[in-house]
Amino acid sequence: MPLSLIIEQALNGLQLGVTLFLMASGLTLVFGVMGLINLAHGSLYMVGAFVTAWVSASVGSFWIGLGAGIMAAAAVGALVEVAVIRRLYARDHLDQVLATFALILIFSEGTRWLFGSQPLWLDVPDLLSGAVTLPGGSPYPVFRLAIIAMGALVALGLYLMISRTRLGMRIRAGEADREMIGALGVDIATLYTLVFALGAALAGLAGAMVGALQSVQVGMGEPVLILAFVVIVIGGIGSVKGALIGAILVGVTDTMGRILLPSAFGLFMDASSATAVGSALASMLIYLLMALVLALKPQGLFPVHARA
Amino acid sequence: MRGREGWINGALAAALLIVPLALHLAGEVYYVNLASRVVIVALAAVGLNLALGYGGMVSFGHAAFFGIGGYVAGISAHHAILGTSFLGLSTTTEMPLIWLISVLLAGVVALAIGAISLRTKGVYFIMITLAFAQMLYYFAISFPAYGGEDGLPIYVRNTFPGLNTFDPITFYGICVVALFACLFLTARIMGSRFGAALDMAHLSETRLATAGIAPFNIRLTAFVISAMMTALAGALFADLNGFVSPSMMSWHRSGEIMVIVILGGVGRLWGPVAGAIAFVLLETFLGGLTERWGLFLGLILLGTVLFARGGIMGLIAGKARHD
Repeated sequence: MPLSLIIEQALNGLQLGVTLFLMASGLTLVFGVMGLINLAHGSLYMVGAFVTAWVSASVGSFWIGLGAGIMAAAAVGALVEVAVIRRLYARDHLDQVLATFALILIFSEGTRWLFGSQPLWLDVPDLLSGAVTLPGGSPYPVFRLAIIAMGALVALGLYLMISRTRLGMRIRAGEADREMIGALGVDIATLYTLVFALGAALAGLAGAMVGALQSVQVGMGEPVLILAFVVIVIGGIGSVKGALIGAILVGVTDTMGRILLPSAFGLFMDASSATAVGSALASMLIYLLMALVLALKPQGLFPVHARA
Repeated sequence: MRGREGWINGALAAALLIVPLALHLAGEVYYVNLASRVVIVALAAVGLNLALGYGGMVSFGHAAFFGIGGYVAGISAHHAILGTSFLGLSTTTEMPLIWLISVLLAGVVALAIGAISLRTKGVYFIMITLAFAQMLYYFAISFPAYGGEDGLPIYVRNTFPGLNTFDPITFYGICVVALFACLFLTARIMGSRFGAALDMAHLSETRLATAGIAPFNIRLTAFVISAMMTALAGALFADLNGFVSPSMMSWHRSGEIMVIVILGGVGRLWGPVAGAIAFVLLETFLGGLTERWGLFLGLILLGTVLFARGGIMGLIAGKARHD
């Protein structure tokens, strides 16, 4: 196998990992601070992608579209939090799963109503539309590198925000003891809405970026949502650091597994059955990884010592 | 099971017996098949209810067992009709044998999944059961020999000795007997010492452990039985549709079975039946009224969670005995 292919796939894995991190960090923050499982997080990803694609096409600028997409996702997130999610914090996980499952149905059908069932297309902006040459000689799209760079920036920004700012301090306090920070006079309802909107904005950003690589369609958030759940469970629910490491792990494992396993099986099998078995195993690989991690560390790699 | 809940259960049982028969006499084949669908989905939910409702194990992966049942029926019929063998074994189109294999296979898989998953709690349990179901889902997708993503048709419905399974009302009869048998089994389980232990594993693990009973074993046993019932439903579902596909194992399906349990009333014996009737009828009739049925179904579900805790049974029959 040529080196350039391995480098290319490693970069693709990293790019998938970064996208997953954008989704997973929001999920894990919402779970860590509010104790809520949000299945509808994928819908916010979809909202971000749709608004970005629609505004970009109407205005003719990717960047304005991206801004609009992120803001729309954050606004929809805040709205949903105030209207529905807020009533679920005191409920058990079962109610949360059911209510957010219902939200998925509403969002998917609502989006189809507004935008129609045809997928939308989003073009990569001119600035990032070229390709660079990788060591080994194959070209690699700049846009995918830009996604990786942006993910790294967001990770750094989140780290600084959580460890250095007042909002971050409140988020950490909220994870440690919800009642106490309420008692200390922090407006906890607003804090929750802010955290939820922040998570929604990150999901919207992820949706917009991926929307430029693939088509923008209803249901696009669901595969990513499931992967993001795998990520936060591997990383330890509530831990942003865990989400970052879990996301990279899942992204790289998935992408590399898909190219390495079929050729690995090809060493001792005939080509067609090696491809079949290899790709079957590759699509199960991250779930095997998750089962392995949970069997060894039931609380994930970076357990958060707060409420279960 | 006394008072108002007993009356509702009786009414549900009577409706399951009388309404399809009346539809059959009126010649409404479509609605007889719809009733079969209700009963099969209810059976899957009765299975999940044992784990989720009585045992407090929120499994987000029961579609895996539903799909295992479906694929056993599908693969068995596939080989039997083509006259080929499965790993050197000849297969059958006899339903009782197919059910036995489905249930045993699902039991073995559930034992493995449960043994790992039950080490975790809360959200982790929800997510790891989801992960295992996804694993099986992708496994089913990536095997082209059995249809892969497109699924596997069952050209001729499997047979039952002495009965004509092609006759819609006869097939309905088979399904409803299976449902009643599993309801009876669940009632007997919950009335037994094991049931009391399962209840306590849910309510207070420490008290159960203090009594010298290991909560893990109790939970695992209940999880396996629960999976077996859902697998039986899957085998029937495959025969009803004449088709199995990976979508039987998708996380949407897991969510749907869960929604039915919650809609009907968690931990109520007949709750899943009420939930299945409501869910399938809503889906069918909203689907007939408007293309946007998903939107209204979502709104109704959301309303149920937010404002009608305890589901349909909670709404009509009042709180469960435990609360």
